[in-house]
Amino acid sequence: MQHVFDLLIQGLFTQNLALSMFLGMCTFLAVSKKVKTALGLGIAVVVVQAITIPVNNLILNYVLKEGALSWTGSETLASLDLSFLTFICFIGVIAAMVQILEMTLDRFFPPLYNALGIFLPLITVNCAIMGGSLIMEQRDFGFGDSCLYGIFSGLGWALAIVILAGIREKLEYARAPKPLRGLGMTFMVVGLLAMAFMCFSGM
Amino acid sequence: MSSKLAKALTEPIIKNNPVAIQVLGICSALAVTTKLQTTITMCLAVTFVTVFSNLGVSLIRKVIPGSIRMIVEMTIIATLVIVVDQIIKAYAYNISKELSVFVGLIITNCIVMGRTEAFAMKNNPLESVMDGLGNGLGYSLLLLVVGSIRELFGSGSLFGITIFKTVSDGGWYVPNGLLVLSPGAFFLIGAFIWCVKTWKKDLAE
Repeated sequence: MQHVFDLLIQGLFTQNLALSMFLGMCTFLAVSKKVKTALGLGIAVVVVQAITIPVNNLILNYVLKEGALSWTGSETLASLDLSFLTFICFIGVIAAMVQILEMTLDRFFPPLYNALGIFLPLITVNCAIMGGSLIMEQRDFGFGDSCLYGIFSGLGWALAIVILAGIREKLEYARAPKPLRGLGMTFMVVGLLAMAFMCFSGM
Repeated sequence: MSSKLAKALTEPIIKNNPVAIQVLGICSALAVTTKLQTTITMCLAVTFVTVFSNLGVSLIRKVIPGSIRMIVEMTIIATLVIVVDQIIKAYAYNISKELSVFVGLIITNCIVMGRTEAFAMKNNPLESVMDGLGNGLGYSLLLLVVGSIRELFGSGSLFGITIFKTVSDGGWYVPNGLLVLSPGAFFLIGAFIWCVKTWKKDLAE
């Protein structure tokens, strides 16, 4: 239980993908102008993250790692180390998963598809997704852990983008110096947010 | 013709800087700039990948079917990144440990993808290479500025060589710990954008 709680706090706050690992920044800044769209993208990221990280974990442990193919029973296959193919496999899995998700939503949940539709293709190139999988590889998560990590880290990212969007909506009315308006100001706000999130690291 | 080439090379460096103006590739710009050594490695890696992915995509742009062009671009980029990653691991193992996941994340770096999609798909190989080089340099310029400020004021050194002797080593400089942490990076990039927009008035929103 303690372990799950640790993963939760890490994913949501102390190692927040957006604010402390700087992942998915491009979309984080581009799609955070309105709370509603930010929420849509946030949910999409949680869903994709929760699917791709466990799938990538399985691929890594049963195909790519050194000796991972030993379940086939063949000597030659068992001695292979395909870990140099990690990047290309992960990105392939992510692109395929996003595509499958898009088609499934379109077929079975049209309202959700209409809400998330435009964001799904964006997610393929969102580095939070790729980053999540690479972090999973780096920390040697087991299958259970990677399921949890996928959900929690996605939630952390979604939380950050929704908060930022809320602040930016109000910032429209702020009288900032002209060259600072828009992007410059957003960065300052994100900096302050990151400081706030860091306060959880003592827990 | 040569002026077009020059434009493709120089425009992205300041006027259309991929990080500060177009806000692409921010993730790695923030994450790897705590030390200059890692910053430079990352700059070289990204420049290499933008140049050659642009070249590769541009060479085969006429035979890529429109519907699967993303996957083709992605495969070319991913292959180049694997090459870069293997080289860094072989020749600079410690730096590759510090860069951790960010070398792999060049694949999803929007600058690379954006340039292949927006430029290399429509232009000839030579121009594409120039454009890739320009964008790589524009990215490097911003990273080097941010990286030097963060390392100099955050830990009192440049390239690991002490410039300001810190208090903990018996010197006088109290390092600003905030700069090494993530919020410092956000503030610095915000300030950089502020400067660029003050200088080039027409870019202000």
